[in-house]
Amino acid sequence: MNTSALKHLTIAALLAATLTNAPAALKVGDTLPDLTGYHLEGTLPDSLKGKVVVLDFWASWCGPCAESFPVMDELQKKYQDQGLAIVAVSVDEKADKMEAFLKRQPVTFVVVRDAEHKLVGIAEPQTMPTSFVIDRAGKVRFLHNGFHGSRTRAEYVDQIESLLKSNP
Amino acid sequence: MKSILLLSAAAAVLALTSGCENVKPWERGNLTDYTMQPDRTPLPSGQIQHIYFSREEATGGSGVGGGGCGCN
Repeated sequence: MNTSALKHLTIAALLAATLTNAPAALKVGDTLPDLTGYHLEGTLPDSLKGKVVVLDFWASWCGPCAESFPVMDELQKKYQDQGLAIVAVSVDEKADKMEAFLKRQPVTFVVVRDAEHKLVGIAEPQTMPTSFVIDRAGKVRFLHNGFHGSRTRAEYVDQIESLLKSNP
Repeated sequence: MKSILLLSAAAAVLALTSGCENVKPWERGNLTDYTMQPDRTPLPSGQIQHIYFSREEATGGSGVGGGGCGCN
């Protein structure tokens, strides 16, 4: 093999190695993708347009997720008339585990399951749970890694109230 | 030059084919399964540890202590 061909091969291999590890996570400032394109199990809201959305990734095996659900349910009930929509995306591999969890902890917000891990694969949350707070224009404005009890609740309230005040 | 390129190519190939894969935070469902727990019977394990640290001098380090006097 001559040096030129080897050089090209090396560059290609290094590029491939770089691309394999390239982060592509959903972050603050990004636009929320259309959730209908990810084969989510369950019923999504008719339209999220013009709404403040909390997109929460959770799992039945995650302790802080169980802690977060009553708080999110309370927020949903309090702010839904003003335009809040909480969408909880379960990443459970087994649907029955998710259903058993929801039986123990019934909620009023929308719960769907990302069985194929397509949506979570592009959002790439670093912890469980992770939630994205999205403004009325569909832009991710805040990111919550984990759930830390009253501290996270207070942050949610502040952020949701400030986003609800803004015009679509 | 050629040896550097060869080394780089080998490093890149190793990085791509090492077979190491980080488990993503959302893929830990199976790891949290009951069958994956190192100690599935915490109560009997605690009792056994208690007997060991009470009766044997050369034990400890499992979150319990004792000098082997048999008095605790």
